[in-house]
Amino acid sequence: MTWLSWLTEPLAYGFMQRGMVAVVVVGVVCAVVGTFVVLRGMAFFGDALAHTILPGVALGYLLGAGREALFWWALATSVVAALGIGAISRHARVREDTAIGIIFAGMFALGIALISTARSYAVDLSHFLFGDVLGVTAQSLVLMLVFGAGALLTVAALFKEFMTLSFDPILAATLRLPVGLLNNVLLVLIAVAVAVSMQTVGVALMVAMLITPAATAYLLTRRLATMMIVSGCLAAASGIAGLFASYYWSIASGPAVVLVATCLFLAVLASKRLRRS
Amino acid sequence: MYPHISHLEDKPILDIRGLSVRYNGRAALDGVTFHLHPGERVAVVGPNGAGKSTLFKVIAGVLAPAAGEVTVYGSKPGKHVCIAYIPQRSQVDWNFPVTVADVVMMGRSAKLGPVGWPKKHDWDDVAVALETVALSELADRRISELTGGQQQRMFIARALAQEAELMLLDEPLTGLDTPSQEAILSLLQRLPEQGVTVMVATHDLEQAANHFDRIMLLNQRMVALGTPTSVLSRENLMRAYGGRMQSVAGEHILSAGGHEEEMEHRDLA
Repeated sequence: MTWLSWLTEPLAYGFMQRGMVAVVVVGVVCAVVGTFVVLRGMAFFGDALAHTILPGVALGYLLGAGREALFWWALATSVVAALGIGAISRHARVREDTAIGIIFAGMFALGIALISTARSYAVDLSHFLFGDVLGVTAQSLVLMLVFGAGALLTVAALFKEFMTLSFDPILAATLRLPVGLLNNVLLVLIAVAVAVSMQTVGVALMVAMLITPAATAYLLTRRLATMMIVSGCLAAASGIAGLFASYYWSIASGPAVVLVATCLFLAVLASKRLRRS
Repeated sequence: MYPHISHLEDKPILDIRGLSVRYNGRAALDGVTFHLHPGERVAVVGPNGAGKSTLFKVIAGVLAPAAGEVTVYGSKPGKHVCIAYIPQRSQVDWNFPVTVADVVMMGRSAKLGPVGWPKKHDWDDVAVALETVALSELADRRISELTGGQQQRMFIARALAQEAELMLLDEPLTGLDTPSQEAILSLLQRLPEQGVTVMVATHDLEQAANHFDRIMLLNQRMVALGTPTSVLSRENLMRAYGGRMQSVAGEHILSAGGHEEEMEHRDLA
């Protein structure tokens, strides 16, 4: 087998083509939005949010929603959960991370409990947890593209506001930027990224899509816009490489993508360390 | 558009009456009253916990007072974009991926309006601001590569790009070496020429006395406000610093130094 046929063989299948597009879209959207997750120290929030959507998705699933309809369940739960966690962590009587932890574990447990009442429990649960990128339908792909593009356009439109707010919240306040509104828009963007990625990577590994490529880009770049671009490229590359690995070595696709992204991060970290010493 | 509010030019740039602020039920500021006219330069001096940062945040309109009134050119500060708060350097994430010019451009965020991207004249304004603080050559450096003095000057440039008329600098001299401190002090001395009113929180009484028109002694309450010679009396200093200032021989004993527990003692004369 030549290297060309090695590359083209998987792409002969429709499910692989759709999977490739899906991992690139998900990767880029998560990586760009994830830049703010990394810079603002919201990794735990992102992880919690991803897990928190499970009961919403499970409910849709038990009510017989198809794959496309599950996207709407995921999106609605995700937006409500993001704004809810945001509000609770601002007003909580316990520490913010404790409040998030309680909600996250409780909602995750509720989701698993709901799914466990169904007969095909194990298979479906593993799809929700770890994703099923090769099962992405054309209709799902359209939804992912539309919402992903919307998220990216919002980041582009509010780039300087988000940058100012993330770097110096007091400056944003003294410039009378609508700080509360911008914070909520950012939460909604993270929620959209989570909903878009649910089918591809699943809720358990989603935080990796949000933070790993962005963290790698953070090590490589010196400006926010470049960090976003590099982060998106790394995520797309990880997605494509992960799917090839998944195809040839029969590894589950979600974990394969995350492992490639993790290896890239470790490689960049190591090369930085070596160069410094 | 983001809010812009008109200035009543016959009013003082800053007028504070009976200002009290509480944190979790404890008084941080209590009954503070004073006003400033455009172009004044005031050093705000007091021990740690005196409420210097709190005062600045209330003036900047990002912290609500428990009682009293704060007005900037005759109206509440909450809608003015002419007030710049320059944070303590320790409060800033210096690993944030931005260049010096990016940070200075942030000062123009409100002027650019929602969804607006910087245009050439905005970058020109940034270049002028960087020129003023002598950082033009470092415009494209990542901020993590700056020295403490350069970081501080970058923030002053950001306030200039913001077209701030009232600059509130929180401990800008703390932790800087003497040449860097001198550079910033001489920069602050030139700001009133551009119509900028300056308030600087500092621990260093000697610098406050030598470089500022007026000194405010603050320890939750306003102890004194006036010219350095009138404010820095032994009695006022005892009231501001209390038992933490020990007497040393001589009439003018000034305590200084950045740390709460280790106060240095210097003669001003």
